[in-house]
Amino acid sequence: MPTDALTVEHLVIRLGGTEIVRDLSFAVPQGTSLAVIGPNGSGKTVLFRALVGALPYEGSVRWAVGARIGYVPQKLDLERDLPITGRDLLRARARLARASNADVDRALGRVDLGPDVLDQLVGTFSGGQFQRLLIAVALLGNPTVLLLDEPTAGVDEPGQERLYDTVRRLQAEEGVTALVISHELSVVSRYATNVLCLSRDHPCFGIPRKVLTPENLSQVYGTPVGVFVHDDDIRA
Amino acid sequence: MTTTFAPSALALSASMAVAAGLLGCFALMRRMSLAGDALSHVALPGIGLALLLGAPPLAGAVVALGAGAILIWVLERRTRVGVDAIVGVVFSGALAVGALLTTGEQLMDALFGAPGTLAGWEVGAGLLGAAAVVAFIIFARDRLVLMLISPDIALTAGIDVPRLDLMYLLAFALTVALGLRYLGALLMGSLVIIPAATARRVARDLTTMLTTSVAVSLVATLLGTWLAERLHRESGPLIISIAVACFLATTITPRRR
Repeated sequence: MPTDALTVEHLVIRLGGTEIVRDLSFAVPQGTSLAVIGPNGSGKTVLFRALVGALPYEGSVRWAVGARIGYVPQKLDLERDLPITGRDLLRARARLARASNADVDRALGRVDLGPDVLDQLVGTFSGGQFQRLLIAVALLGNPTVLLLDEPTAGVDEPGQERLYDTVRRLQAEEGVTALVISHELSVVSRYATNVLCLSRDHPCFGIPRKVLTPENLSQVYGTPVGVFVHDDDIRA
Repeated sequence: MTTTFAPSALALSASMAVAAGLLGCFALMRRMSLAGDALSHVALPGIGLALLLGAPPLAGAVVALGAGAILIWVLERRTRVGVDAIVGVVFSGALAVGALLTTGEQLMDALFGAPGTLAGWEVGAGLLGAAAVVAFIIFARDRLVLMLISPDIALTAGIDVPRLDLMYLLAFALTVALGLRYLGALLMGSLVIIPAATARRVARDLTTMLTTSVAVSLVATLLGTWLAERLHRESGPLIISIAVACFLATTITPRRR
C-alpha cells in the first residue's frame, strides 16, 4: 500500500478574517496526481500557498518525511525588459541546490526546452514556455512533489498537451507526486488519479469518474458543466 | 581629518558608489525605487535628534534608517499593504518631523550633503559598511533573484524569505547612510536608483546590469567629486547630474531588442 506524500486534516485558511478554506481533509498517495478544481475565488491558489507554508492556516498539513517540493505558481507578472535571462534564473536555483551546469541542461531537456532559452529574457517567454521553464527550475531542486498552479492558463492546446505530457513523464520516470490546479476538466479527467473540488458548500474528493459528474460539477460551479470522462484514463 | 579628495575619502566614495550601484539593481527590479528613495528621508529625524542630544549626526541617521527599514518590514507583513503606500504615509511624516527638529542650515546639509572633512573613524566605518553591503549582494544574489521572480518559489527552495527581505532593507538603509555625508538624504536615494535605471536600459542579463550599474555609479561619483574640487561647487548635485546625464544618454540611442 503506497504511503501518502501529503495528508491534510481539518484545514482552515482565513484571509483578512474571511474563511477561504473550511475544514478540508484529503490525502495524496505518493506517485499519484491530484487535480484541484473549483470556480474562481474558491481558494485553489490559497490552498497551494498554505500547503507550501506561504500562508498561515489552522489544522494539519503533513508532508512525507524527506519531501522536497517544487512549486510552479500561476502566471507571474514579470516586466518584459526585466534583465533576468533563463540562464540567470536556472543558475540561481542550481547554485542553491548545488546542481551543476549539466543538471541545468538536463532539466531543460526534460521540459523540452532548447538551449536558446538560456539567453532569452524571462519576461519575453510565451506562457507555455515560461511554465516549462519554471518546471525546469523546480526540477533542479530534485523534487518529490510538484505543485502546479494553472500551468496551462493562456497556453494553446498543443502547448497544454505537451506540458501535461511532461508532468506525466516525470511521474512515470521518477515517481514524482503531482498536485495540479486546473480549469481544463477534460484534461483533468485524463491525467488525474484523484480530483479535489473546492467549493464553499459542495467540496468533494475522489477519482475523476466519481467526482466529475454533471450533478457534482453543477453544484460546485453553480451552473451546468459538461465534461467527457475518458475510458482510457492514463493515471499514475 | 581627511578632505574629500584625499585617497581615503576617494576610496570611501568609490566603495559607496559600488554598494549603491549593486543594491539599486535589485531595488529597481523589485519595483522599490520610490520606496527606497523615500526611506532615505527617515534619516532626517535621526540627524535632528542626534544634533539635539549632541551625538554625531551620522550615528543618529544610521539608527533612524535601521529603524525605518525594520518598520517597513513589520508594516508590510502586518498590514499586507504595498511598500509604496506605507512609505507614502510613514516616511513623508518622518521628513516633516526631521524638518521640525533641524535648523535651516543643518536641514540643507542633511538633505543635500556636506562632505567637509572626514574623521578617521568615519572613513573606517564607511569602508566596512560598504564592504558589508557588497558582500551581501554578491552572496545573496541567487536568493534575491528567486525572491524577485516569486517569493513562493523562493520559499519552496528553502529560502527564509522574510529574513532575506529584512536583510535587503537593512542593506538599503546602510547604503543610504553611507552616502549621507556626500549626497544627503535626498540625493543618495537617487544614486541608488539612477545608475540601476541606466543599466537596465542597456543590459541583456543580470551580470551586465550589475556591472553597468556599478560603472555608472562609480563614474558619476568620482567624476562629480573631481569636478566639484575643480569648480568649487558641492559634489552631491554634480554626482547626481552626471548620473542623470548617463541615463539620458541611453534614451537617445535605440533601446536593445
